[in-house]
Amino acid sequence: MRLFFLPDRFVLMAVFTLTALLAAFAFGPYPLSPGDVLRALRAGPWAENDTAVVVWNLRLPRIAAGFLIGAALSAAGAAYQGMFRNPLVSPDILGVSAGAGLGAALAILMGFSLLWVQGLAFCGGLLAVGTVYFVAGLVRRHDPVLVLVLAGVAVGTLFSAGISLAKVLADPSVQLPSITFWLLGGLNAVTTGDLALAAPLVVAGLLPMLLLRWRVNLLSLSDEEAAALGVNVSRLRATLIVCATLMTAAAVAVAGIVGWVGLVVPHAARLLVGPEFSRLLPAVLLLGGGFVIAADTLARSATAIELPLGILTALVGAPVFLVLLARSGRTT
Amino acid sequence: MSLLEARGLAIGYRGRRVGGDIDLCVATGEVLCLLGPNGGGKTTLFRTLLGVLPPLAGVVTIAGRPLRDWSRLELARQIGYVPQAHAGLFAFTVEDVALMGRTARMGRFSSPSPQDRAAVGVALARLGIAHLAGRIYTEISGGERQLVLIARALAQEAKMLILDEPTASLDFGNQLRVLGEIERLKRDGIAILMSTHQPEHAFKVADRLALLKTGQIVAQGMARATATPERLAVLYEADVAAVAACLPATRGKP
Repeated sequence: MRLFFLPDRFVLMAVFTLTALLAAFAFGPYPLSPGDVLRALRAGPWAENDTAVVVWNLRLPRIAAGFLIGAALSAAGAAYQGMFRNPLVSPDILGVSAGAGLGAALAILMGFSLLWVQGLAFCGGLLAVGTVYFVAGLVRRHDPVLVLVLAGVAVGTLFSAGISLAKVLADPSVQLPSITFWLLGGLNAVTTGDLALAAPLVVAGLLPMLLLRWRVNLLSLSDEEAAALGVNVSRLRATLIVCATLMTAAAVAVAGIVGWVGLVVPHAARLLVGPEFSRLLPAVLLLGGGFVIAADTLARSATAIELPLGILTALVGAPVFLVLLARSGRTT
Repeated sequence: MSLLEARGLAIGYRGRRVGGDIDLCVATGEVLCLLGPNGGGKTTLFRTLLGVLPPLAGVVTIAGRPLRDWSRLELARQIGYVPQAHAGLFAFTVEDVALMGRTARMGRFSSPSPQDRAAVGVALARLGIAHLAGRIYTEISGGERQLVLIARALAQEAKMLILDEPTASLDFGNQLRVLGEIERLKRDGIAILMSTHQPEHAFKVADRLALLKTGQIVAQGMARATATPERLAVLYEADVAAVAACLPATRGKP
């Protein structure tokens, strides 16, 4: 008699993600029927008609990028929440996204290649989460859950200021549009080249999480409990921080700072399949991918002009965060 | 042979010494009870013996080998730890919480196998809580959580258990069940180090007692000879007559 992990919960999530996927192919300035979409997908990318161009060249890279960053940010969020024993944290609240953003902005400012944008984004993200974790560890007399959130907000603000400075220093004709465009957060500028670089990085971060899926659970216990159960706590936590930060940085380098996904999706997934990480991880990948695809479809087809993706995710994410904050005193 | 041995142990945090000159040993099939007031250094001592906190001085050996030479995984097969019942953070099922005890018996990259689930089923049944397996850990009572944490340590199949006030949050029936289980583990050859605030529990299960106050072991030895009303009165800063009135009468002696 298990309350969680009814297989139909996964069927439900798969249906949600597939629906979002089909809708994403169908909606937009050039609307297609689901039948058109399926026909074009079956015909392959070489068919010489408008539908094939729209489906294969325009929408597929964007949808793939949406799934990739949604899955990456959500898995990173689930890992951060577990390893910091804190249901209120996520890549953006911990300042990781801003740190990665600053790293990427610096790389653009210096005219570096895409690989360097990814590399510096990762360094910036790691620096941010390291600072937050270190500073929060120094504070002893306050609620550790809130201290981590506050330290994250402070560090995130600092890195955001750095990003603003990078914009001031940028060459207004070439670099500034590029930085600003990318910082708005969104999938409209994603190229297959971005994807080809980001996807392996996301997979590289995901793989250790998949392998260590059971042990991740133990980090939600106190350090001495986890240690007594046979886990090298500091090594496992460091491994997971690197993995989650790598995934966050890859997502930020592709799509700019898309907030709230990494906070909301793990909570929704936990409600559906429970907190056990080997069940939670596939659930957040599926839901996170579907969520960003759905939000992006809405962003580009709801109004005449395209809305930034981050606005829509904030519209869902911020109220959820406030509800969690209000409930956190009772549940933990 | 003693499974756990501490010689000249000084405990504490960096820059804050909590206690020192601690000599302890626990042999297989032996129960050592730690008695002492709150803030006396019990938790710090346990953290040091578990290898979570480095000793400030002295040595701890497990099965004759210095503590720092053990890997976490190997150590978890030797010593299990039962903390005081905690609220828990995420809504794990009781079975999942108990399965965490099997981590040291799994491969590094494995998830629980059917054998692990079977071992957990046995452990839950031993403590009479098999019916809780599918319940959510954060939603059961504090006493039930304590039993789950003990079951988790049983599932770990360690050679020694360290229990931090295992009976503190239990009702009378469950206190007896846990004390009975401790006696049974002892007969199985498990070494046990536990702390308690109830001298009568110590008398029931302990082979030896150690009295801990302000980080020092003030007395150690056979249970009844060590925990005299006079010593307990000093230990807890209480009145001798009041302490004596609370202690169970000595059986078999006039």
